[in-house]
Formats: sequence, C-alpha cells, structure tokens
Amino acid sequence: MIGLQEYLTLSAILFVISIVGIIVNRRNLILLLMCLELMLLAVNFNFIAFSRYLGDPTGQVFVFFVLTVAAAEAAIGLAILIVLFRNRRSISVQELNTMKG
Amino acid sequence: MYNYYLVIVLSPLIAAIIAGLFGRQIGRTASHSITILAVGISTVCSMLVLYRMLLGTALPENISIYTWFAMDGLRIEIGFLVDRLTAFMMVVVTFVSLMVHVYTIGYMRDDPGYQRFFSHISLFTFAMLMLVMANNFLQLFFGWEAVGLVSYLLIGFWLKRPTAVFASLKAFLVNRVGDFGFILGIAAVAYFAQSLDYAEVFASADQIAGQGISVWPGTSWNAMTLICVLLFIGAMGKSAQAPLHVWLPDSMEGPTPISALIHAATMVTAGIFLVARMSPLYELSLPALGTVVIIGAFTAFFMGLLGIVQNDIKRVIAYSTLSQLGYMTVALGASAYSAAMFHLMTHAFFKALLFLAAGSVIIALHHEQDMRKMGGLKKYMPITYWTALVGSLALIGFPGTAGFFSKDLLIEAVRDSHWAETDPWVYWIAYLSVLLGVFVTALYTFRMFFMVFHGEERMDKEARSHVHESPWVVTVPLIMLAIPSAIIGWWTIEPVLFGNYFGDAIVVNQSRDVLAHLGEAWHGRLGLLLHAWQSPVLWLAVGGVVLAWYLYLKRTDLPGKISKRFSSLYKLLDRKYYFDDLWINGFAAGGRRLSTFLWEKSDQGLIDGFMVNGTTNAIGRIAGVMRQLQTGYLYTYAFAMIIGLTAILGWLTWLR
Amino acid sequence: MNNSTYLLSTLIFLPILGGLALLAIGDTGDASSGRARGMRWTALAVTLLALVLSLGLVTGFDTSTAAMQFVEKLDWIPAIQASYHLGVDGLSAPLILLTTFITPLVVISSWDTIKSRPAQYFAAFLILEGLMIGVFASLDGLLFYVFWEFMLVPMFLIIGVWGGPRRVYATMKFFLYTFLGSVLLLVAFVYLFVQSGSFDIAGWVDVPLGLRAQQTIFIGLLLAFAVKVPMWPVHTWLPDAHVEAPTGGSVILAAIMLKMGGYGFVRLSLPIVPDGSAYFSALMIGLSLIAIVYISIVALMQKDMKKLVAYSSVAHMGFVTLGFFLFWHLSTNVGAALGIAGGMVQMVSHGLVSGAMFLCVGVLYERTHSREIADYGGVANTMPWFGAFFVLFAMANSGLPGTSGFVGEFMVIVASFKANFWIAFFAATILVSGASYTLWMIKRVVYGEVANENVAELSDLNHREFLVLGALAIAVLILGVWPEPLVNMMSATIENLVATIGLTKL
Repeated sequence: MIGLQEYLTLSAILFVISIVGIIVNRRNLILLLMCLELMLLAVNFNFIAFSRYLGDPTGQVFVFFVLTVAAAEAAIGLAILIVLFRNRRSISVQELNTMKG
Repeated sequence: MYNYYLVIVLSPLIAAIIAGLFGRQIGRTASHSITILAVGISTVCSMLVLYRMLLGTALPENISIYTWFAMDGLRIEIGFLVDRLTAFMMVVVTFVSLMVHVYTIGYMRDDPGYQRFFSHISLFTFAMLMLVMANNFLQLFFGWEAVGLVSYLLIGFWLKRPTAVFASLKAFLVNRVGDFGFILGIAAVAYFAQSLDYAEVFASADQIAGQGISVWPGTSWNAMTLICVLLFIGAMGKSAQAPLHVWLPDSMEGPTPISALIHAATMVTAGIFLVARMSPLYELSLPALGTVVIIGAFTAFFMGLLGIVQNDIKRVIAYSTLSQLGYMTVALGASAYSAAMFHLMTHAFFKALLFLAAGSVIIALHHEQDMRKMGGLKKYMPITYWTALVGSLALIGFPGTAGFFSKDLLIEAVRDSHWAETDPWVYWIAYLSVLLGVFVTALYTFRMFFMVFHGEERMDKEARSHVHESPWVVTVPLIMLAIPSAIIGWWTIEPVLFGNYFGDAIVVNQSRDVLAHLGEAWHGRLGLLLHAWQSPVLWLAVGGVVLAWYLYLKRTDLPGKISKRFSSLYKLLDRKYYFDDLWINGFAAGGRRLSTFLWEKSDQGLIDGFMVNGTTNAIGRIAGVMRQLQTGYLYTYAFAMIIGLTAILGWLTWLR
Repeated sequence: MNNSTYLLSTLIFLPILGGLALLAIGDTGDASSGRARGMRWTALAVTLLALVLSLGLVTGFDTSTAAMQFVEKLDWIPAIQASYHLGVDGLSAPLILLTTFITPLVVISSWDTIKSRPAQYFAAFLILEGLMIGVFASLDGLLFYVFWEFMLVPMFLIIGVWGGPRRVYATMKFFLYTFLGSVLLLVAFVYLFVQSGSFDIAGWVDVPLGLRAQQTIFIGLLLAFAVKVPMWPVHTWLPDAHVEAPTGGSVILAAIMLKMGGYGFVRLSLPIVPDGSAYFSALMIGLSLIAIVYISIVALMQKDMKKLVAYSSVAHMGFVTLGFFLFWHLSTNVGAALGIAGGMVQMVSHGLVSGAMFLCVGVLYERTHSREIADYGGVANTMPWFGAFFVLFAMANSGLPGTSGFVGEFMVIVASFKANFWIAFFAATILVSGASYTLWMIKRVVYGEVANENVAELSDLNHREFLVLGALAIAVLILGVWPEPLVNMMSATIENLVATIGLTKL
C-alpha cells in the first residue's frame, strides 16, 4: 500500500534534487529553470498527497494555481533567458555575476 | 534748544550722505560747498549754544530723542546731554573741523577722491558730535566706533598705498582691542546700574562703588574699579595710550588734513573726554585713577622721547600728540579734569595748526615728508613759517601762548595733587614724567622746526624751484588756528580752570580737588605770566630749544655722532621700544600661526578627518568586508536562502 | 482673532505652487530664451507677492500679546491627533519676514547668472521659501517635522545640481549631517506624542516629563538643531556646503536655514524640556564660547572668501545659542529675556549681513570665477561702489554700532555679563577677532594696487546687483540705528517664554 509517507518521501527526494541542481549547476541557466519547475512539482506532490489524506479538495485547487503560475514563470524565465543569450551570447550561470557587491 | 542740537548733529551727516552718494553727479565745487556749509552751520550753532550756556540763558539739558530698544528693564534711549562740558567739546570739534574742511580744498585739490574725502570728514564730524553729545553709554559707543570707522577709512584713503592700507587696518584693530575693554565696561555698567543713561548711572554711583564682583574665584574687586579700568582700556585705545598707542604714528599715512582733525585735535581726545565725562565714577575709585596716572605718565615721557629720532615730519608731530595726550591723561588721574580739558582744547588748536602747517610744507615740496630733505623754508613760505612758529611755541609752553597756560597749570596740578600723600611712587613717576617731558617736547619740537625752516636747503634743485607759499585756502585756516593758539589760553584760563566753568559736569572729590587748591593761591593770569621764570618748566623748555638749536643748526654733525655713540639706546628708540614688534610679530603673527594650526589640525584633522570622514571611512571598511558575501552568483544566494530556511524551520520545530 | 486667517497658508503655498508651476512648464534649458525670461519674471513676481503679503504680518501683528496669532487649524491625521496648525508669535514673525525679504533678493541676484536649467533653479528656491515659512509657522510637531525634512530636498538639489566642482562631496556631507540630526528629532517627537497623545506643540509645553526623559529629549533635539545652527563641533559641513553652493544657495543657507536651528531651540527645546535645558546649559554655553573664540581664530587664515564668511557665520551664530542658554546662569532673572532677545536679533541681523557678504563674494565670483582671496587686490579701484558696499557689510559683520550686527552682540554681551564676567569676556573677543578676519580680508581684496589683469577688467555693479546690495544695506542700517520695532515685536513673547522656562516640570 502506498501511503502518505511514500508520497512525502518522493516529494522530499524531488525537492532535494532540485535544490542540489540549483546550487551545484554552474553552467546552464535552462537547467536552473528546470530545477525550479521540479521544486514546484515537489510542492504539488505534497499538496495532492495531503489533500487526499485529509479529504480536503482545497489542496488540489491550489495545485492548479501553482501549475498556472509555474507555466507563466517558465514562459517569462525562458523569455529572459533568450534576451540574455542575445545580449551575452551565453547562458552560463557562472558568468552572471553583475549583482556582485 | 532741541532743534539746535538736531541741526548741529544732522547737518554734517546729510552733507556727508549727499557728497558721498552723489559726489560724482554734483561735482567737486558743490561737494565741498555743501559740506563746508553744513559744518559751518554746526559751528555757528555750537558757538551759539556755548554762548547761551555762558550767559546762562541755556541750561544743561538731557533730552531723549527715541528709544533704541527697551527690554528686560534695560531701556536705552538715543538722546543728547548738552551741558557745559559738551558745549565746550562741540565748539572745539566743529571749529577745527571747519578749518580743516577749508584747508582741504587746497590740500586735496588734485586728488581724484576729492568728493569722497569731503564726505568722510563730514561724516567724521557727525560721529564725533554724536560721541560728545551722547547722554548714554550706548550712543557714546556708537560715536566711538563711528569715529574709528571714519578714521579707518581716511587712513586708508589712498588705497593704493600698501603702507596706508596696513596702517588703517592696524589702527582699527588696535582700537578694537581697546573697545573690547570698553564694551565690557558698558556691560558692567548695565549690570551694576541697570541703566546706561549717564544721569541714572551717576545717580547710582555710590551704590555701585559699594558692590564687589568676583572676577577670579575667591577674590573680590570693587565694582567701580572694574568699570573704570575697563572703560579706561577703551580710552587707551582711542587716545593712544601705551601700549595701545602703536596705531597713531602709523595713521600718519593718511592725508594731512585728517591727521590734524582726527589724529590730533578731536578723535584721539575722545578718551580724555570720556574720563572727564565719567568723573563722577572715576572719583570713586582710587585704583582706577592710579592706573590712569601711571599709563599717562609713561606715555607722556617715553613717547615724547621717540619724537626726537623720527625724520618724518608728520611722525614727529604724531609722537608729540601721543606725549601731549599722556599729559592730559596724567591730569585726569590727578583729578584735575578741568586742567585736562583745558589742555585738550589748547592742544586741539595748536596741534591742528602744526599739522596743517606741516601739510602746507608737504604740498609745497610735492608730498615730501622727510625732514632731512627740507631746510631753509623760512624765506619761501613766510605765512607757514610764522604760524608754525606760533604752534611750536604753544606746544612747548612758551609764556603767553595758549600752551603755556594749559601746560603750566597742568604740571602745577600734578605737583600739588593728592598722590603726594596717597602714594608717593605714583606721584613721583607722574610728576617727573610731566616735568622732564617739557624738556623733551621742546627738544623735538624745535628740532623739527629748525630742520624744516632754518639751516641749509637740503631739497633737490627740482623741488627748490617749485617751492612757494601755499594758496589762501591753506593759509587762512593756518592763521585762523594760529590766533587761538596764541591767545585762547590768556582768554579762557580763569573761567575754565577756576571759574567753575564746567559746573556739575565734572565732579571732583573735595579732598582731591587740586584745582580748587590752586585756585586759592591764584593771583591772576598776569601773575602767572610774570612768575613763569621762577618755575623749572620754563627753563626746561628753554633748555630744550637751546639744545635743539645747538645740535641741529650749530653742530649738525653731532646728532649722528651721538646716535653712533649710544647705538643701543638709539636702536631702542628707533624700534619704538619694540612695541610694534610685540603687536605685529607677537600677537598678529601668533594669531595667524594659531589659526593655521587650529584649522589644519583641529578642524580639518580632528573633526573633519577623524570624526566625520573617519566615520564614513569606517562604514566603508565594514561594508568592504560585508560585500565579500555578495558574490553575484545565483547559486550562492540560493544556498544562503536554503540555509536560512533550514535554520528558521529548525528553530521553529525544535527550539521553541 | 484676525480677519486675514489664511495669510500663513497663502505665504506657504503661494511660493510652493509657483515653484511647482515653474517645474511643470519647464524650460528649454537655454537661459537666454524668452521662455526662461518669463520664468524669471514669474519667480520674481511670486516672491515679491509673498513679500507684500508678509507685510500683513507686520501691520496685523499685536505686539502686546504672547499668544499665537494668525492661527489656522485643520484636522490632518485625526488618528494620531496631528493637525494642520499654523500660527506666529514674536519669535517666528521676524524670521518669516526675513525669509520673504531675502528670497526676492536671491531671485534678483541669480537673474542671469544661472546658465543651465534656470526654471528648475528658481522653482527650487520658490519651493524652499514656502517650506521655510512652513517651518517657522508650524504649531504642530508632525507638520514641523515634515517641513523641516522636506526643506533638505530643494537645498540638496540646489547645491548638488548648480554647485561647484566638489558639489557631490559637499551635498552628501550636508545631507548626512542634517539627516542624522533629524532622525533623533523624529524619535523625540514620537516620544512626546506618546506622552501627550497629540502632536500639538503647545500641548508638549504643558506635558509633565521626568528629568531623565527631558535630558534624553534634549539630546535628541540638540543634535538636530546643533547641526543646523551649526554649533561646534558639528559645523564642518557648513564651510564645504557654502563653498560649493551657488551664490543664491549660500545666501539662503546662511541667511535662513541656519536660523532653523536657533528657532528650534527657542520654540521647542527651551519651553518643552526646561529642566533638560537647564541640565545641559553649561555645556551649551561652553560650546557657544568655543564657537565664538575658536572659530573666529580659524576663520582668520581661510584662503577662500566663502569659507571665511562661512566660518564667521558659525562664530556669529555662537552668540545666538549663548544668548538662549544664559537663563540658568543668571543670579537674578533680569537678563534672561535680554539674552534671548539678543539671540533673536542676532539671528535676523546675521541673516541680513551674512547674506549680503555672500552676495558680495558672489558678485566677484561671477566676474572672475575665483573665490581665492589671493586672486584679488585693489578691487575698489575698478569697482568703487562694490568696494563701498563690501566695506559696509564687513563693518556690519564685525559688529560696528549703527549696523544691525552690533545690536544682537551687544545685548548678548550685556546679558552674559550678568551671568559671569568671563562669559562676557570671551564673548566680547569677537570685537577683536571678528574685525581681524573680516577686515583683513577686505584689506587684501578691496584695498591696494590693482593686483592682476582680471581685477583690472572688473566692471562695477550693475543695476541689479546695486538694487540687491542697496536693499540689504538699508535694512542693515535701519536695524542698527533703530532696533526698537524688532525688539518690541518680540518682547511680549520672550517675556512669556522666560516665565515658561522658569517653571520647572519636575
């Protein structure tokens, strides 16, 4: 029987993968965006699991919201990425340090 | 009489404004006409006031015109106190001023600043009248500073001359040192008397004298002594008493008419007038009078000595002025106020005369002031010669002249003064100074006289061919001043000194009233004249003249030898006892060094460098450390976020 | 009370609206264009109108009462009891008049000297005028604070945009200095609000406060006001700000903005925290005397004319704070009002005299673009009228009787003698030191032989400059010869103030 615990474990694994992806990845901005998406996915898993577990559909409603926002965010992110590439001919994370103090 | 007073004061002011602001538009003639007319009106009205005073148809008046301000129980009103002392001064001031105005037409004829000059001397007349006619300390101080201002402007009149400009600044600043004491004195008066009005202050004089003030913790000074000494510091500045005398010789850089008007006859006597006016206060403080005597005695004798080594004709007269002011100051300190005022008046006439005569010589020689380049001018300039002779004789106190009466009585007053019993040290210093001063006066006066008018003609050929008598606008004032220099002493000695002329204006403590004492033994002016040969004064004067004749006409090689023989003494005199060095290299240079030090080290170094910019630099350094954390990489920020998130979550979960 | 109830609001908002209008229309950036000319005339018209209107403060002013006059009160933020509350008394009316008198002169003096963005320049001055009047007229703490802080903005821009080469350093220093002080001012205000439940200044005067609270509030107010005055040792922003500011900015800064500090002391510090003021009065007198003696010495060796005048401002403002804090050192109560009145008169007079001095320096600067004393000499030969004015104002600056510079100093010296001989002694040194640095500068600039070609080519004052300096000269002389109207205007208020600070709150 796959219970709440398994879902949460999966979600945690996904979340950690995404964090590691964000922190360790230094070359590709697309990878970074994908990790963000993965992070949101992990959150969504939690929402659904708890919604099912508690019998409260509100959680599933939230998932829709998150999906929508994630889609929009991905679109904007990609757009920025393209502009960035156009300007700098690179999408390497290592080179994006204009915020350096 | 109210309207008279306003006219007397305001007409020179209005003329000064017109000549000053519109001088260029109305032209030269109109400028001098209007100022001379205005001062003439003042002179006539002043004489009228004095005349009425003498007749008794005008009584001393204390009039208030308007309130300057009233605050906190201190009500200061601008007004006039016109009594016999004031009327006396008014006539002296306006008359000398009028003569100088007329003289200026000739003296300044070619000067581009003609209108400005007339505006200034007219303004001076206004300021001086405000000073003498004041009925309160504030107005006195106004006049006091205003004459200082005009003096500053006029010494620096030829503003392209560096020495003149320097002298004007020096004069103003040294006077300011005196005024520093003066304003503290006024503040003390306001503190102890709660008023600045003369009448009220004099009324509470006894009450002030009963109070003490603790200047140093643990000591108590008599309030009256403090007030009088502080006020006298002001008088020392204006009347050029040592050590605040250094500005007066340098002020000779100004045009000669103002040397006569301001730096001989009127402004410098303001300090004498002040002390005489404040006699009700000074009489209550013996220590203050002692200070006055000692300062005056020092100035009278030692400044006279300096006159012997000067070669600039105007500087000789300037040192003579210092010395004569010292005489007046000694008389003030000996409680012989009337004698001081009497000498003030005669001195005003003969000293103005000497200055104007010197000016006449100077223009004849095209602005040559060095006596070593003069000589034998007698035959070229007879009127100047004879008037200068009258002035010189009056200055040394030759029997019959105005100076004889005033100086002889002054010395007698010092001789018989109460100081003989009160403090023999003070007495002998004062008496010997004024007595030996007579010899010195005669020596330098006739040294100058012989060097200028007699002996060989030392000017160059070019100058000699141009020498001629000055025009009438110059000689008429000379004659007009020579007349009073010769006879006014004979005329006025009895009423002024023994006739209780000043009435209530001058208050003398009965026990010190040396003039009353002299008056008892008085046997007429003819008697004084006939007994002149009995007193040492005449013989000292004659001795001085003879010595001057011997050294500067007979054996002209001697002075040079003497100065070589006593070179250290000569150097001391030539350097003016190093007073100038004290002020200029001591205080002024020290002030500049201190200023640079404070500015660079304290203001820029400590406050700005360490505290202000130090703070910004410290913030900058801290920020420099902090910025290392801002790598600019997204993953660092994300990592920091995760750490933070974990920490908060951990704290929320386990530690709470 | 008065019929012209909205006079103060008009005085505040007329210039502000005028300034905003100028900003809105803007100009082409060309100072010689017809549009720029229109801007100048508009600015002048607005300031002159404000001047004329402010005369209503004189004619309608009741000198017999210490109460607030021309009062306006509207709810502003009812939740925190903050109201739009305006009014004047004998302390603020003279300063408002000073503001309305100086501003038109500044506008005239900057007539064609500002080459870039003239519209914005004049707009800044107009807005600044309204804000400054607002500070003087506010009777509500929050309103006071808003005007107080807002004032920094136009001044910041004036120095920062139209200033000299080191203007960035100077503006930052100016801004940080004043802002640091103001922060604590707000803290003090909030504390007072918490204690009294409103922002009404009159209410703060009545609220009881413990000694510790009073001391703390006093420190908070002190920092804000001391920076503005400026008192030693927080004065170093002033020379830099003055040197870099354009002439008009220097004039406003010296003539009016410095007065804010002094005004703050009499309006807030003294009546609200009398015991705190008493506790710190010895310190205040000490700092004032340091300002008078030390700063005067420092001024002597300045090479830059504007810096010299700036330092002399610090020294002269020392008399203001000295006069205000004498109260607690007098053996009797006589003299306290004299000291405060002396400080007030000194503020008005310093406004005129220092403004005039800066204008004089500005006249020279415009012609040769140098403020160095060493670059001049013999200016009177080529500019006789200018020389006359400069000497007159220098004399006023050194406190010559008959000019306004003397009156305040005289009153403070007399009052301080009543406290202690040595206070008067050190205060009176300004007679010597003030004359030394001012006249030495005059000697080197005005007198002497024509020093160089630049000086030889100088042209004398034009009509515009003559008008400005002439107006100031007349004001300086009138105030010096007859200060009674000014003193009379203040006397009732000051006597009331002395009675207030005499009552301890403990």
